[in-house]
Parts: sequence; C-alpha cells; structure tokens
Amino acid sequence: MQTPAPFEYERATTVEGAVASLARLGSGARVIAGGHSLLPMMKLRLAKPEHLIDINDLTELAYIREQGAEIAIGTLTRHVDLLNSELLAQHFPLFRDAETVIADPVVRNRGTIGGSLCQADAAEDLSAVCSAAKAKVVIRGADGERVVGMEDFHVGPYMTAVGDGELLTEVRLPLRPGAGSAHEKVERRAGDWAIAAASAAVWLDGGTIADVGIALSAVGLTTIHLSRAEQLLRGKAPSEELFAQAGEIASADCSPGADGRGPIDYKRHLSGVLTQRALRRAVARALHQEA
Amino acid sequence: MQVSIRVNGEQVSRDVEPRQLLVHFIRDTPGLTGTHWGCDTSNCGACVVLMDGKPLKSCTTLAVMCEGHEIRTVESLEVDGRLDPVQMGFHERHALQCGFCTPGMLMTARALLDENPDPTDHEIRTAISGAICRCTGYKNIVSAIRWAAEHEATARQEV
Repeated sequence: MQTPAPFEYERATTVEGAVASLARLGSGARVIAGGHSLLPMMKLRLAKPEHLIDINDLTELAYIREQGAEIAIGTLTRHVDLLNSELLAQHFPLFRDAETVIADPVVRNRGTIGGSLCQADAAEDLSAVCSAAKAKVVIRGADGERVVGMEDFHVGPYMTAVGDGELLTEVRLPLRPGAGSAHEKVERRAGDWAIAAASAAVWLDGGTIADVGIALSAVGLTTIHLSRAEQLLRGKAPSEELFAQAGEIASADCSPGADGRGPIDYKRHLSGVLTQRALRRAVARALHQEA
Repeated sequence: MQVSIRVNGEQVSRDVEPRQLLVHFIRDTPGLTGTHWGCDTSNCGACVVLMDGKPLKSCTTLAVMCEGHEIRTVESLEVDGRLDPVQMGFHERHALQCGFCTPGMLMTARALLDENPDPTDHEIRTAISGAICRCTGYKNIVSAIRWAAEHEATARQEV
C-alpha cells in the first residue's frame, strides 16, 4: 500500500490566511490543490512536506476572464475549465490543444493550472504553453504581490520562482493583435506524459512575425525556452523553410535523456518535427487559414 | 483529525490521519468495498467515485480534503433492488470479465451520462480514457454505455 508519510493538514479559507500559514511554516509547507502530482510524489517519498495547506476552498482563485489587455487565469482553475473555455480557445487555442491531451478527463476534473506550473515537472504541458504565450505570473507573499515572466519562473527541475511563504495566484496572458498559437504533443498512450511536446505562439504584423514564443516539454531538465529559434523568426515572413530551420534549432537546443519513452536521437528528431508543426499551425491560425 | 464526509447520502464521521486516502476511508469506515483500490498512482481508474457529481480518483485524494463534500460510490447505483441503467448495460452487453475495473467504469459512465445523455462512441472512449480494463478490449464497455444511453428513460421505468 502506498501512503504518504505523516504530515499536518490545514484547510485555507482565505488567500491571506494561506499566505500567512505558508510564511509561518516555511520550507516544510506545501500547497495542495488537485494533488494529482504532489500526492503520488509523497507516496514515493520524492516529496515529504511536513504541512499541507489545502487551497481547494479558495474559489476566488478559480476564474478565466478578460482583464484590460490581458486574459487573467486564477491559479485554482481546473484543467477541465481551461479545456472548455471559449475565451481561451479564441485567443490562445494552444490551451485547448494541450488540455485535450493532459492526463485524462477524471484527472482534469481535479488538477489546476497553479499546481501544474508550481510542480514544474519538465514533462508537464502547461509550463511550455504559458512560456510560449509569454505569460506572466503573479506571486503573493506576506509583503504583497510580485509579477514574474515565464522566462524567469523555472529555476531548476521541480523548482520555481515561488519561494517559501508565497502562493501563485494568477497567470496573465497579454492580448496582442495578429495572434495564433498551437501545442503539439506525442505520447505513448492516452493520458501519458509527453515523449516530447512543442508549444508555439506567434503575433503577426502585416506579413511578418512581430513576436514569437516557442517552448518544449519533456526534453530537458526543465521546460526548454527556444530563444535562439525565436530570434531567428522575429521580423521575418513566415515560411516552410523558416519553420524547418526553427525545427533544426529545436533538435539542437533540447537536451533529452534516454528512457522508456525513447532514445535521445529520436526525441531530438521529434522535438524538431513538433516545433515545425506547432509553428505551422500557429501561423495558420493567426491568418485564419487553419485547415 | 476529525473528518465528516457524506457518503451515499449518509454522514460518515471518523478520526483519521491527514494522510489517509479517500479510497481507504470509503473501504474501511463504512466498509464500502465496491470501490476498488488499484494502481495507487491515478492511472487505472478502478477507484473512481463521484465527488459532488464529478468523477474523481479516490486513491489520489486525501479523505480530509473531502470534508463537506458529497461522495457517491458504486453501491449507490442500485436503488431498492433496481439496477442503474449503466449496470444493466454492462449486464446486457457483457462488459466485464474479471470485474476489477467495473466499479470505476460504472461511476465514470454514470458521470458521463449525467452530463451528456447521448454521447458518441468517441466521447465515450474519451470519458473512459482514464480507466484501464485488461479483459474486454473496451469494445463491450463502450457498447454497454451506449446501451445505457439508449435505454436510460425506459430502463428506469420498467425494472
């Protein structure tokens, strides 16, 4: 029987209360929302928090809404709600691409965007999705809020910019004209982690790529930000040749390990192909030409 | 710590360790062993119960997290000797062999039909994609859930 090691449990009733508890308990405390990544890790003793702060009652953190020039997503928003959101599907269709293939529908009823990002598993899809979409996240601590870009969010495997005594409260997606995005994933079987996955978002201005975000899942110790490929694409007119070049950079700049999901050369090849596909689809969507 | 959960309409209160998983709370305390404890890693779906009407993997949920919520297990499907249409469908279409996955399949199917009374085969397959059956090859399970969808109204009246 797999059971987590003993811990103290506390159910938060307000965001302020959760932050106060986290500040008081320090590094021994972890936040639990869906728990579908944390509890399996606790069963295996890969995580051994002394205190769990349950934030499932903080329904004020469950929302997806347009807020000025951005879409704001509360961190308690469940995968199922990200999947079904028409607002997200309209502006950032890569969320629906990803949510269709994240775990299975029963797990998606529980797992949250905040939990996914804070778990910071390199194989997890939403970190790549948010990186490609150029998201910023809001981190609340006892002294107030700070806003961090996804490029500074991952500080190592399973490690994020969220410190002891802090709670991730919101994900912000800037709304800019000419946007198109896509997430492409290959998995061994339904509900599995990715062998590799690529997220791409483009913002077109006239005939050129004004800005672009590309990130990979499952082919490195953390989510891979393909900044070299982004630099190559920025300011250029989208073309198959350019997508192929970006794919080559993806194959070169990822750092997969060999495991039951495949050898290194296969994963590098796959990362390149998926990057190409994601870019092609993102641009087609930006041009409203998706087949 | 003291936890009180409504299970199949009855309030169940017990002093538990915070680390107790919902699946063990259900099986140990009210002794409802219909909910199966399978892979323990949220992959197989044998432990699926409904929380507030939505399917949930009870091996990956702490009992203390369910305080104040409503849990439904496979034992609640049959009412006064009448099988639920999904149970009748599994019987009609021979949708089980060893039966280990069946409680989770039934609860997942029940939740699907509550939300979508007329699902396509693709929607059924998607809904049960988090539940693993090693006997049937899924064909008969999909067929059983279709049967339940088609007979939902009449099955409830006739039996």
